[in-house]
Amino acid sequence: MNIRDTTAYSLRAVVTHPLRAFLTVAAIAVGVAAVVLLTALGEGVRGYVTKEFSQFGTNIIAVNPGRLQTHGVPLGVFGTVRPLTIEDALALERLPAVESSVPVVQGNADVEYGRRTRRTTILGVNHAMLRAFTMDLANGEFLPDGDPFQPRPLVVLGATVAKELFPDRSPLGEAVRVGGNRFIVIGVMAFKGTILGFDMDDIVYIPTARALSLFNREGLMEIDIVFNATRSVESVVKQVTTLLEARHGAEDFTITTQQQMLSVLDSVMNALTATVAGLGGISLLVAAVGILTMMTIALAERQKEFGLLFALGIHRRQLLVLVVLESLFLAGSGGVIGILIGIGGAVLVSHLIEGFPVSLEWRYIAAAEMVALFIGAVAGVLPAIRASLLDPIETLRTE
Amino acid sequence: MISLSNITREFVVGGQSVFALHDVSLSIDSGEYVSIMGPSGSGKSTLLNIIGLLDRPNQGTYVLSGHNVTDLDADGLAVMRRRHIGFVFQFFHLIPRLTAEENVALPLMLAGVHGKERQEAVDKALAAVGLSDRRKHKPDELSGGQRQRAAIARAVVMAPSIILADEPTGNLDRKSGEDVIHVLEKMNAEGITLLVVTHDPEIGSRARRRLLLRDGAVAEDKRPDALRA
Ligand SMILES: Nc1ncnc2c1ncn2[C@@H]1O[C@H](COP(=O)(O)OP(=O)(O)O)[C@@H](O)[C@H]1O
Ligand SMILES: [Mg+2]
Repeated sequence: MNIRDTTAYSLRAVVTHPLRAFLTVAAIAVGVAAVVLLTALGEGVRGYVTKEFSQFGTNIIAVNPGRLQTHGVPLGVFGTVRPLTIEDALALERLPAVESSVPVVQGNADVEYGRRTRRTTILGVNHAMLRAFTMDLANGEFLPDGDPFQPRPLVVLGATVAKELFPDRSPLGEAVRVGGNRFIVIGVMAFKGTILGFDMDDIVYIPTARALSLFNREGLMEIDIVFNATRSVESVVKQVTTLLEARHGAEDFTITTQQQMLSVLDSVMNALTATVAGLGGISLLVAAVGILTMMTIALAERQKEFGLLFALGIHRRQLLVLVVLESLFLAGSGGVIGILIGIGGAVLVSHLIEGFPVSLEWRYIAAAEMVALFIGAVAGVLPAIRASLLDPIETLRTE
Repeated sequence: MISLSNITREFVVGGQSVFALHDVSLSIDSGEYVSIMGPSGSGKSTLLNIIGLLDRPNQGTYVLSGHNVTDLDADGLAVMRRRHIGFVFQFFHLIPRLTAEENVALPLMLAGVHGKERQEAVDKALAAVGLSDRRKHKPDELSGGQRQRAAIARAVVMAPSIILADEPTGNLDRKSGEDVIHVLEKMNAEGITLLVVTHDPEIGSRARRRLLLRDGAVAEDKRPDALRA
C-alpha cells in the first residue's frame, strides 16, 4: 500500500463522520490552544520582567541596611544595626573597583506648584543616578555633582509630575514645594512608563541629604553601587563587605547582586510557567481521553471493514498504520488549529490589554504539537491493536 | 490446485469440543466449479474459511497451488490470500463510504498497485460484472444484486486463482441471485476455480462437482457430468 493510498484512505475514514471528527479535533485544539496561549503570556511576562530588571546592566549591586541572611538568632539581639550613611556611600565610591555610588532614600510627599498639588514618590539620590540606571532627561539637567551634605534645593520632575503640575508651560527654573520646602526645578525626566504596575514617571528626584531631612531619617534605605565591568562581582562584593564591616564593626548590611535578583526572579517565573504549562497539559490530557473514546467508538463500528480488509489480504502492520494515521490526522490537525487559535489569542490579548507582553515560544508550540501527535498516536494505537486482533471470520459472519 | 489432507477444525466452547470439520481430505483441480451444500452447521463455512486462509485447521495439511500453507505466519497467509483468493460473502461487505469503483480497487490498493494499472484492472472487473455505469455509486445507491456484483468485481480484480462464495445469493431475490450466479460462472468459464456454498438445490446442481457436507465430513462428492461422460 503506498503512502498516498494509505493517507487518502485514512482521511476518507475521518471525514465520513464530520461531527465526530470535529469534536475530536476541537478537544485537541482547545488543549493545544491553552498551552500555546498560556505559555505565550507566561513567557511574555517573564521576558518583560527580566528585561526591566536587567536594563540597568549587570554591574550594579545594592547594599541595604540590616542583615537579611542571618542564620539563627537575629543580629538585633546582640548589637544594633548601624544605619547606612552618605559617608558610607562616599567611602564606597573611593574603592578602586567602584565607579559611582548612589545613596537612596525614598518616601512620599506633596509636590505643589501654585494651586496645584500632587502626592508623589520622592527619591533622594545623587548625580550618579542618571548614568547608573541609564535614564534619559526630556529637558534641562539632572541633579548636579555638588556638596553631598549641603546640596542646593534642586529637583528633577518625572514626566507625569511635570505634566500634572505644569500642563501648559515649561517647569524649568520654576520653584515648587516638596513636602513644604522650596525647590527649584532644573530638569524633567523622559517618559518611562510603568514597571510592574509602578509608575516610573510619578516620581521626583531630590538630593539625598535633602530627602533625609525631609523624611526625618537617620540612615539611607539603599546604596546602589556601579562597579567597573571588568571586575568580577565576587571581588567587588568582597571589597564592599570588607570596607563596610570595618566602618560598622559588624556585617550589619545586606548585599544584593543583579544576578541574585535575576535568579530569584527567574525561579519565580519558572514556577509560573510550569504551572501554566501544567494547566494546558491537563486540558491536553482531557483531550487525550476524548480522542481515545472517539477512536474506540469509531473503530467498534467498523469491525466489518477491518474483517473485510483482512480477507482482502491486509497485513496487521498495514491496518495498524491505517488506524493510527486516522487518529494522527485528528490530533495533528487539532494541534495545528489549536496553535493558530493560541497565537490568535495571544495577539488579541496583546492588542486588548495595551502593552501586555506576550512571547510566542516556538519550543512550546512545537512541544504542544508533538504532544498532540503523541496523544493521537497513543489514542490510535490501542484501538488499532484491538482492531488488528479481530477475528475476521467472526466479523464477516453477520450483516 | 487445492489439496486438503486429514483436515480437522475443532472449536472448544464452554469446555465442550465441537468438530466443525473432522478428518476431511479433498482435492480440487484448477478451473473446477464446485458447489458445497449441507445442513446448517455442517461445516461449509469453516471449510471455505480454511481454503481461503482466513482460518487454520487444528490438524491436517493444506497445499495451495504447490505451497504448503499449513504453517505460514499471518503475513505469509495474507500474501497468499491476496494472490490466490477472491471472497464473495452473503452480506457483500462493501465499505459504505467508498464508491463501487473504490470498493473494487481496495485489493489493488492493499497490494500497492496504483495508477493506470489499477484503473485498468478496476475497469475490466466492473465491465465483467456489468457495473461500468454504476462505478461512482455508493453501496446504498445500489440494489442487492448490484452490490453483490460489485463484490464479485472486487473478488476478481486481482485475477485470483480461486473464488470462494459463501451463500452469495442468500440475501438476494431469485432474479438477482441468478444474475450473480451467471457472473460467477462466467468467471469460472475464464478459468478461475469456483467454490460456491449454497442452500439452494437449483444453484447447487448447476456445478459440475457437488459436495455434500454432514457433521463436518464430506458425505457425498458427485460429478454428474463426469459420470455421464
Ligand atoms: N468461531 C466458532 N466458535 C465455536 N464454534 C464454531 C465457530 N465457528 C463455527 N463453529 C461451529 O462449527 C460448526 C460448523 O459451523 P459452520 O462452518 O459455520 O457451518 P455452516 O456454514 O455449514 O452452517 C457449527 O457447529 C458451529 O457452531
Ligand atoms: Mg455458513
